[in-house]
Amino acid sequence: MKTNIILAGVGGQGILTIAAVIDTAALDNNLHIKQSEVHGMSQRGGAVQSHVRISDTEIFSDLIPQGKADIIISVEPMELLRYLPFLKEDGFLVTDSNPFVNITNYPELEDLYKEIKLHKNSILIDAKQLAKDIGNSKATNMVLLGAVSSLLPISDESLQKAIKTLFERKGEKIVNKNLEAYEKGKEIAVEFIS
Amino acid sequence: MNSNNTKKLLLGNEALAQGAIDAGISGVYAYPGTPSTEISEYIQRSKIAKELKIHSNWSVNEKTAMEAALGMSYAGKRALTVMKHVGLNVAADVFMNMSVSGINGGLVVVVADDPSMHSSQNEQDSRYYGKFAMIPILEPSNQQECYEITKYAFDLSEKLSLPVLIRMVTRLSHSRAGILTSERVEQNQIHLPKNKHQFQLIPIHARGRYKHLVDIQSDILEISENSYFNEFKEGSNTSIGIIASGIAYNYLMENFDGEECPYPVLKISQYPIPKKPVKKLLETCKKVLVLEDGYPFIEEAISDFLNESKNVIGRLSGDIPRVGELNPDNIANALGFDIVINENIPKVVSGRPPELCVGCGHRDLFDAINHLGKEMGSQQVFGDIGCYALGALSPFESINTLIDMGASITMAKGAADAGIHPSVAIIGDSTFTHSGMTGLLEAVIENTPITVIISDNSAIAMTGAQDSSASGRLIDICKGIGVADEHLIVITPLHKNLQENIDLIRNEINYKGVSVVIAQRPCVQLPKEKKDKLNELKKVSLN
Repeated sequence: MKTNIILAGVGGQGILTIAAVIDTAALDNNLHIKQSEVHGMSQRGGAVQSHVRISDTEIFSDLIPQGKADIIISVEPMELLRYLPFLKEDGFLVTDSNPFVNITNYPELEDLYKEIKLHKNSILIDAKQLAKDIGNSKATNMVLLGAVSSLLPISDESLQKAIKTLFERKGEKIVNKNLEAYEKGKEIAVEFIS
Repeated sequence: MNSNNTKKLLLGNEALAQGAIDAGISGVYAYPGTPSTEISEYIQRSKIAKELKIHSNWSVNEKTAMEAALGMSYAGKRALTVMKHVGLNVAADVFMNMSVSGINGGLVVVVADDPSMHSSQNEQDSRYYGKFAMIPILEPSNQQECYEITKYAFDLSEKLSLPVLIRMVTRLSHSRAGILTSERVEQNQIHLPKNKHQFQLIPIHARGRYKHLVDIQSDILEISENSYFNEFKEGSNTSIGIIASGIAYNYLMENFDGEECPYPVLKISQYPIPKKPVKKLLETCKKVLVLEDGYPFIEEAISDFLNESKNVIGRLSGDIPRVGELNPDNIANALGFDIVINENIPKVVSGRPPELCVGCGHRDLFDAINHLGKEMGSQQVFGDIGCYALGALSPFESINTLIDMGASITMAKGAADAGIHPSVAIIGDSTFTHSGMTGLLEAVIENTPITVIISDNSAIAMTGAQDSSASGRLIDICKGIGVADEHLIVITPLHKNLQENIDLIRNEINYKGVSVVIAQRPCVQLPKEKKDKLNELKKVSLN
């Protein structure tokens, strides 16, 4: 089975942390992985994306073909919509509702939300606020990861273990905040994923 | 040794770097450039590389890098040199000549091309350079192959006594996968070339060396034809045969998603283009589709000149777009498969181009430049390669040109020679030491009326704030080149200094000779300790 995930955001927002957790957990489960990322000029405040592919069989392309993404995870609502041509018909959309406004023609938020809600499988959450409630707004990414965790072909335990591994050198407190954020995401997603 | 069975999650670039460490290199020489940068950075961070005392400091530019690598090879040790595609233009002099001299210790040149120009001015294809120099070229198709091909490249280099080129592309450089590593080879001991004339390319010896290079071409072709990295896969449907080089092979196979490809496929990851399997494909298939990222290098070579038979298709025939990178979708199109896309990008989505960081000193510099531009009327500003190239975009639109490393100063000089005033060059600190110093000397010799603004953020910022060779040395360098003390000034590009900076730059523009303005403010991407240190250094140098 192959799972294709697109991570979206703006350069500097740290979408690669989400990728790193998924990769680490997948590698730990002996799954095949390919994960492409963007370095260089676009990283400077531009639109960036990462394609993450996990499978129990060989993966060829580093890029996900159009119309083949199972999940698009975005840390920003407009960036989520940029990658819609990649989404499968029954694919999932997950995004933080907080905009990152660094352009003068940023659209009306309500228009973006309306567009997102057109999709039956969309999870629009204030992940930043949930992370803040825990006391670490940097853990927004882990809230989003928690929200999609049930859609991934990796066990909950493996994902938690990967979070521990990745944040280990930052100390126990940071590890726990990130685990808490992950749990929060899982809880909130229950109402969206039946 | 250090072989192990657990997979490491590595970028294509990192897998290549690990391959080089395990091939027993004694040094990597490189100048940062997207998409090649992470190769050297991986070696710089590697504990084992540190223990083994593998040289990994950044070079001043690609030419100095490649020459130093050749020097290490001369001494009998293995060396790696790394650059982005346009960096090879800078190093082309040594590159073309060291294939004639040949090498001693294994020497591998890694060039990362950037099809689709994600972070570049062009999408030149380095395979042409490899062919031009008449050396073997390797083109890995996946991350595991990046590792293995690099180890192989060093053996091949020593076997043929030639440099070997590895060609990477952005998507492979910047994509991760699990990698299995194997045993590490010990570093070579110092051993000098057996033939003392080998590296003396005066005509009398160069002619002999060049004849030798020409003579061994048939051997190089034979090695390529027997290479493990070139593979012919039979297929029952001969209505079309497919040649897929490097990463194109992955995109091709993606379209069969685990199923067997019914067509005969020739996967090419080593050049010269292997003639025998290409011949077999052309003879047995009605048509041959060539899939290659970059230029139509193979397609051009195997099509007949007038292409009257029209049996070779690819980028030249229009079956694949002539420009831009390959992906699974444009290959699906060429195969005649339908792509199902359920959604378009909603109209509500705006473009989000890259921009200068909030708090970046270049912003305040551009504010001053733009103010002077309005005031002066016809001011021409010649830009250069780096973050400040973003000054070409809205909201600044401050610079008129952007061509290659160092061109700001020399183009400003040529324009001034033509009679343009004000003629202003904007160049970063690292780009200045990379390729700007010689141009400044030229302007100094004629005292050409130009103003050179060195926007000094003390980092190679665009590629990730690596150490700049210029840090703490700019004033001495400019003085040494001969810039007059009274027209060498340092400013701090901060909003509160805007009016003062405008006045200072205006004075220099009005001076009818060479003036240099160093606009100093550390890159916001630098860690705080480094910024503090640089600010201290600046106070000292000003006093």
